[in-house]
Amino acid sequence: MSSPALQPEAFKPAVRTAEAQQMSRPSLSYWQDAGARLRKNTRALLSLGIIILLGFFTLLGPLLWRVDPALQNLGRVSEAPALPKTAKVVAPYSSFEGITLDDVPEQPDDIPESLPAPTNLRVLGEANTQGVRIAWEPVPGAGGYNIYRNNRLPDGANDLGLPLGVTFPEEISYEDRLGLKDKDYYYSVVPTDGFDEYANYAQIKVTPALTITQQEALELGLATADNLPAVGEEITVAFHPLGTDYLGRDMLARLMEGARVSLFIGLVAPLLFVLVGIVYGGFAGYLGGTLDSLLMRFADFVVALPFLLFMILFKIGFGIGPGESGILPMLIALVLLGWPATARLVRGQVLQIREQGYIEAARLLGASNGYLIFRHILPNTMGVVLVTLTFAVPAAIFTEAFLSFIGMGVAPPTPSWGSMCNEGVKTMLSHPHELIFPAAFISVTVLAFNLLGDGLTEALDAKMRSRE
Amino acid sequence: MFIYTLKRLLAGLVTVWFIATATFIAMHQVPGDPLMNDKAVTEEIRANLQAQYGLDKPVTEQYFIFLGNMLRGDFGISFTQQNRRVNDIIREHFPVSAALGVLAIFFAAAGGVLWGALTALYRNRMPDVVIMFLVILGISVPSFVFAALGQLALVNLNKLADHSVLPVAGWGSIWHALVPSLVLGLGTMALLTRLMRSSMLEVVSEDYIRTAKAKGLSPVRVFFKHQLRNAILPVVTVLGPQVAAITTGGFVVELVFAIPGLGRYFVQAVQQLDYTVIMGTTVFYGAFLVFMVILVDILYGFIDPRVRLK
Repeated sequence: MSSPALQPEAFKPAVRTAEAQQMSRPSLSYWQDAGARLRKNTRALLSLGIIILLGFFTLLGPLLWRVDPALQNLGRVSEAPALPKTAKVVAPYSSFEGITLDDVPEQPDDIPESLPAPTNLRVLGEANTQGVRIAWEPVPGAGGYNIYRNNRLPDGANDLGLPLGVTFPEEISYEDRLGLKDKDYYYSVVPTDGFDEYANYAQIKVTPALTITQQEALELGLATADNLPAVGEEITVAFHPLGTDYLGRDMLARLMEGARVSLFIGLVAPLLFVLVGIVYGGFAGYLGGTLDSLLMRFADFVVALPFLLFMILFKIGFGIGPGESGILPMLIALVLLGWPATARLVRGQVLQIREQGYIEAARLLGASNGYLIFRHILPNTMGVVLVTLTFAVPAAIFTEAFLSFIGMGVAPPTPSWGSMCNEGVKTMLSHPHELIFPAAFISVTVLAFNLLGDGLTEALDAKMRSRE
Repeated sequence: MFIYTLKRLLAGLVTVWFIATATFIAMHQVPGDPLMNDKAVTEEIRANLQAQYGLDKPVTEQYFIFLGNMLRGDFGISFTQQNRRVNDIIREHFPVSAALGVLAIFFAAAGGVLWGALTALYRNRMPDVVIMFLVILGISVPSFVFAALGQLALVNLNKLADHSVLPVAGWGSIWHALVPSLVLGLGTMALLTRLMRSSMLEVVSEDYIRTAKAKGLSPVRVFFKHQLRNAILPVVTVLGPQVAAITTGGFVVELVFAIPGLGRYFVQAVQQLDYTVIMGTTVFYGAFLVFMVILVDILYGFIDPRVRLK
């Protein structure tokens, strides 16, 4: 090994210069340092942005999207997300006469082996959401007809869809008024021998037009009595950018209302129980001794309670009166069961901080207990508390969603994301948007808070700070 | 060791007493009256019913009767199901929930350790990024969405295969439990994967790993014998509390997949305000969870000799 030649200058005593004493960068407080660290974490920043957007959605959304989340429209249930549409104003519904042959076709004595499909299957009048009227030419020898409707192009005779009705041999028309929407339908007419179907059938694709009567327009607030649109006019109907739910209520408005409930519980409950935990844990940790162990033993008991079971128990214990939303009982139950985790954490922190030199110094300078607690001890536990709070929020949102999903949460008609999922899961296959939107909102919110929590943990972690 | 176990068991008993008391207090707060559920009955019948269930006695006396019965392991008779004892309900439906839970824990632990080890091995490379993305998804998506998706997947699988490959709902064979328990274990699996990953990365920088490498052990041996075995320890610690999460999480899965487990029964009992069933199942679940945590803690002492149980 060869070392660089050492010069005698290297052994001169160092001179104290003013430069060395100068701090090149401003000194950072704990929070400034953590803030700088957090700003470097793109994922955490992105999550924070999402949380802020959610806040806007919840608070400002209802001001911009002025649709009543409770307004039902049974004419437009479970509509998929769509662009704005217009409806044609039509006269009130008038009953359908139908086409009946004057002479009942004669039935052959021998039931024929096979029959041709009915010909000239056609739509009578205009097909609209009031009703679809179809008619066909009689098939000689048929003992009746079965009528089917499918939402998609049927895949053979076994896939004709919803059986709508059965007609007599002399009835060669049918009117469908069953929950029609402005989308494609495939109607099939199958001749029968009176009981069994023949193989051949006729099919027609019908797309009913969206219509509305003057009366309905008035009821839905689309028109006023002195400004009533004439029959045949087009009027713009309520726009549902995210579709409607099973009662025809606007999904977007309900998601905003539900966000208020879910985020209220998700934010306020953790805030409250963290506050209780700080006071309880701080008290126990600062006092120490027998009282401390007694207090913490009680906290241990509460931790041991099976959380979800007792959430349900407490909630029914408080009871939900008629017309109440059930938000308050859930809040109280969450606080009653949630505080011990924070209390334990804060107590541990307080026990550590209590032994620090600066506390001793402050006490020597004559600081009172209250001053020590509020000026020195509690502010120094805040980093840990903040991280707990960030992780408690997604947990609380999950709890709310879980309880509402099993029907133990907020009472209808109050929407929450969880209860909307509960309603949506029932029609998941036919109208997936009713489940997807609230579930996505829950997932994104929980994700954002989790990632923010991760970022905060890293930013506030003393171990990480010393490593760099 | 023996003293420690005894201490923990005693503390566990006190905890169970606390749970029973809290349950009793909560149930006596419930507005209304268990006998008001059905149609109106005359005063005499009401009085008889109250006497039958001991509801005419003062609350303190009811409390001691309740505690005494609990001690003897008698949870009483259901209010809504004629002459059905709560013990029978638990005996009949808890094994279903337990089977589901055990299978779910197995999936979660096996999956968590496997994926966690894999991510640590491929740190910051493609498998790590993909798995960690899935883990974040697993933590953020509510369990009922997974349950619904799982059922949807089963329906489509059966449709695709043109015959019933796996049952979509219900209970009876191991095939019924497969997808529900997988769904039930997903959240825990995600959590364990995260834990396993950070634990693996921590162990990698330990001195004994360097020593093992320096001795010239094969990378495979170092990975399995030294790194993996040590990294599993923290995962075992959280298994106790996770048993609790999985048993109560079972409610949703049991509801969605129509599995006759105790969770579904509990939800039903709450809806019908079946007091004895609610109290019985709560105390039973509580005791079960308390002793599961104790069991895991004691087992931990055997797995990790560094932990001295005092």
